[in-house]
Amino acid sequence: MAETTLPGLVPDVPIASRGYWSSVFRRLSGDWTTILCLVVLLIIILSAVFAPWIAPADPYKTSVIRRLKDIGTPGFPLGTDELGRDMLSRLIHGGRLSLVMGITPVINALIIGSFLGIVAGFVGGKINMVIMRTVDVFYAFPSVLLAIAISGALGAGLVNSIVSLTIVFIPPITRVAESVTTSVRNLDFVEAARASGAGGFTIIRVHVLGNVLGPVFVFATGLISVSIILASGLSFLGLGVRPPEPEWGLMLNTLRQSIYVNPWVCALPGVMIFITSICFNLMSDGLRSAMDVRA
Amino acid sequence: MTAALRQDQSPVAEAAPAPLVTVENLTVSFKGGDGVIKAVNGVDFTLERGKVLTILGESGSGKSVTLKAMMRLHPPRKTSYTGRIAIGGREILSLSDRELGQVRGSVVSMIFQEPMLAFDPVYTIGQQIAETVVRHEGVSRQAADKRALELLEMVQIPSAARRLKAYPHEMSGGMRQRAMIALALSCRPDLLLADEPTTALDATVQMQVLILLRQLQREMGMAVIFVTHDMGVAAEIADEVAVMYAGRFIETGPVGDVIGRRLHPYTEGLLASTVHGAQRGQRLETIAGAPPNLAKLPSGCAFAPRCRYVEPRCRETEVPLFHPKPDHAARCLRIDR
Amino acid sequence: MESKAQPLLLVKDLKKYFPILGGVLNRKVATVQAVDEVSFEVAKGETLGVVGESGCGKSTTARLLMRLIEPDEGAVIFDGEGVGEQHGLSVRDMRRNMQMVFQDSYASLNPRLTIEESIAFGPKVHGVSGKVARERARALLAKVGLDPNLFVRRYPHELSGGQRQRVNIARALALEPRLVIFDEAVSALDKSVEAQVLNLLNDLKREMNLTYIFISHDLNVVQYISDRVLVMYLGKVVETGTVEAIYGDPRHPYTRALLASMPSMDPGNRTTAPALTGDPPNPINPPSGCRFRTRCAFAEEICASTEPRLEMIHPAERHAAACHMEIAGSGHSKAMATSPPKAPPQPQHMGVVA
Repeated sequence: MAETTLPGLVPDVPIASRGYWSSVFRRLSGDWTTILCLVVLLIIILSAVFAPWIAPADPYKTSVIRRLKDIGTPGFPLGTDELGRDMLSRLIHGGRLSLVMGITPVINALIIGSFLGIVAGFVGGKINMVIMRTVDVFYAFPSVLLAIAISGALGAGLVNSIVSLTIVFIPPITRVAESVTTSVRNLDFVEAARASGAGGFTIIRVHVLGNVLGPVFVFATGLISVSIILASGLSFLGLGVRPPEPEWGLMLNTLRQSIYVNPWVCALPGVMIFITSICFNLMSDGLRSAMDVRA
Repeated sequence: MTAALRQDQSPVAEAAPAPLVTVENLTVSFKGGDGVIKAVNGVDFTLERGKVLTILGESGSGKSVTLKAMMRLHPPRKTSYTGRIAIGGREILSLSDRELGQVRGSVVSMIFQEPMLAFDPVYTIGQQIAETVVRHEGVSRQAADKRALELLEMVQIPSAARRLKAYPHEMSGGMRQRAMIALALSCRPDLLLADEPTTALDATVQMQVLILLRQLQREMGMAVIFVTHDMGVAAEIADEVAVMYAGRFIETGPVGDVIGRRLHPYTEGLLASTVHGAQRGQRLETIAGAPPNLAKLPSGCAFAPRCRYVEPRCRETEVPLFHPKPDHAARCLRIDR
Repeated sequence: MESKAQPLLLVKDLKKYFPILGGVLNRKVATVQAVDEVSFEVAKGETLGVVGESGCGKSTTARLLMRLIEPDEGAVIFDGEGVGEQHGLSVRDMRRNMQMVFQDSYASLNPRLTIEESIAFGPKVHGVSGKVARERARALLAKVGLDPNLFVRRYPHELSGGQRQRVNIARALALEPRLVIFDEAVSALDKSVEAQVLNLLNDLKREMNLTYIFISHDLNVVQYISDRVLVMYLGKVVETGTVEAIYGDPRHPYTRALLASMPSMDPGNRTTAPALTGDPPNPINPPSGCRFRTRCAFAEEICASTEPRLEMIHPAERHAAACHMEIAGSGHSKAMATSPPKAPPQPQHMGVVA
């Protein structure tokens, strides 16, 4: 019998087999926008990590005589702020807090939200209703207001603003995880796994997780940009870190008063927030299309 | 290859009036992430008014791509066409977008496998048909509404007046397919393109729609290009059949000849592997392997890797179309002896 | 085919109604009678073909048999043991003996798992060690005509539809089942590939002593592969019998219409009039009495008032049909009147009184 069916094989031109991730990588490598965004983000992240060694000057050192110098002033390539501190150094150092406040809440929310969403989506029924209706309550408030309200209640500070942002991001991630899980659960391969006698836990581990985490991860990457902006917003309102810590949102706030004196310098923290968040956004779009196997 | 084709046009084309559709050396290729995909690689045919041409092929043969090219429906930025398509004297490949918009619907229109795609879910069937009539013929709304009712009656939708007010999702599969035919015929096109319109339907409904299409085609005198993978459907509707493989017509001829006196080994295999009850208990004859990858076609005859009669010369040159009879042709070197 | 032997699968009065929820309070507004009192049996080594149009309940029946959906009522007896009953076969053990191949070859494979992992999953669930399960996967790939060396590490999206369906067949066979259900398993394939897969199914059946339930809307394929056929319409069995009986001497008007709707393959002899008008009605609130009566050319009063039972027509062929025209003395004008017809009801009486 083997001989009689084998002829079906002959002309099937063997394609060099590649794994899922290597084919994702191959697609990514052809996508110049995403690569550019990755490079920019890498530069920002590395300079934040190595800030003490990279920054040309002390970000806290003030000077009354050289306040609000223009961009391009010798010794201060990006000028100085309203207290005469070196902008370049402050921006490099500011990246540390801004990125921590942007990324940590999303990671926390990714863990908690995926867990809730997968449980809700896979188990369904009453549990789904309890989880999803609770999430809906949080959804009813605009995310900015919610973040401000929670931060306000908890008090200012780095940890508190991370906690409040985490709470803000759990509902959207739970929703995405739940809807992806629900659609995966109804696919034939999960039915087939059930038909081979597998239990719920095994099915989640082998068949659901891998298919749900990808899209949820991509969605969460997109949230990082929102998170950076919200974190900056909290600092701007005085609910995040306190002066004189360098943080992009806070810098934007304190430089606000000097906007008429030297608008270019005052806009720099905003430019950093903009570049970082748009890079995260475009990168998540790129990841999404690269991870779409069917396309 | 083109030389062989020219011969067949000469004797007929001189006497008869110009055919409705003339396609010459059409190629369609797509730029994709994995390189250039050559979906259609030199298709020539002519089609007279009032005739039904069925393009028969498996998935990936280029049959639907050819059909969509007739209306330039492929995404313009990724697609490149060469060759010539003329429908009723209009050069489709050189029309401006605005002229193309006028041709679509009034000269050529199309029906699909999945009727839900042709309708906008937020408007009723009646509104959508009337809207098309108003846009193409510039008649009043009342006249268009009346025409919509006539059209639904023409496609034999029961209680048509009530169905005019139905939304697409409120209709069953067969009714939606009929409504889509009504929409496609609303401006009395000269040419109807049908992309597997009966494939998704149940057996009893499929036959109803086929009979309806045949009847409408005869009454309105339209030409139809009907794409299908099903030999049985082709036998029910076609005047002419073109068997397509790897982007080329590998056999063309009147339906009776192609089914009864097939020339190409692929057609032969396709017929042999079409299951019918008489073969009970016997092994089915199959065509080994799978259709070729359009990104890297083999040289010579594209069917050679799967062909049971393959000879070394098959892989050497491109195989021209041979004409054992004036209207029946195939691309196979075995005919040449 | 010896009728005395114990059937491998016996299905009795299987029933599943799906509630349709609606309104603000998610209350039941209607019921879909997806599968209604379906009974049949499958003998060891036999292939039972199930045909019918969309909404006839054939796929629901398959899922009920696999317990992917819980039946409302009815019993499934596998080789003499009641499935999911107190002293019978557990659902888990039933699933080792009964496997299913789905229509959509792509959706039924996990895109993140290699072919090998997908096939080895079932055996691993049932306690086979990873190494043995992988070996079994390779052996099965060879058996379904795919070179293990080329395919084990591939992912589903790198395969053609025919190859994927071969993988799905290998996956179903990995648990060494005795019965395999094919739910439209070849419907999405190209004709030339379909023939290859049908040949493969015949080979596997012979070699591994399998029993098949083959669900399809394609009458040609069912005729080719089946020993016996079950015709379903709107959740009911309307006719059953050997292939020869169903295709050679169809009794139910629906079966006849289905057969008449097959394309002729002869351009000189085309079908000119449709065998049936209209679409299959919605399985929500199906017609009373005989469910086919709304599309039947022979419908009479009796068809609307009384549901026809499945009447044995030819015991040797195990040929039975649920049509009043086949039930002697049913009151249908075309039925044989062996038993004296009952006195006709006299509603005019009532009119006089009123």
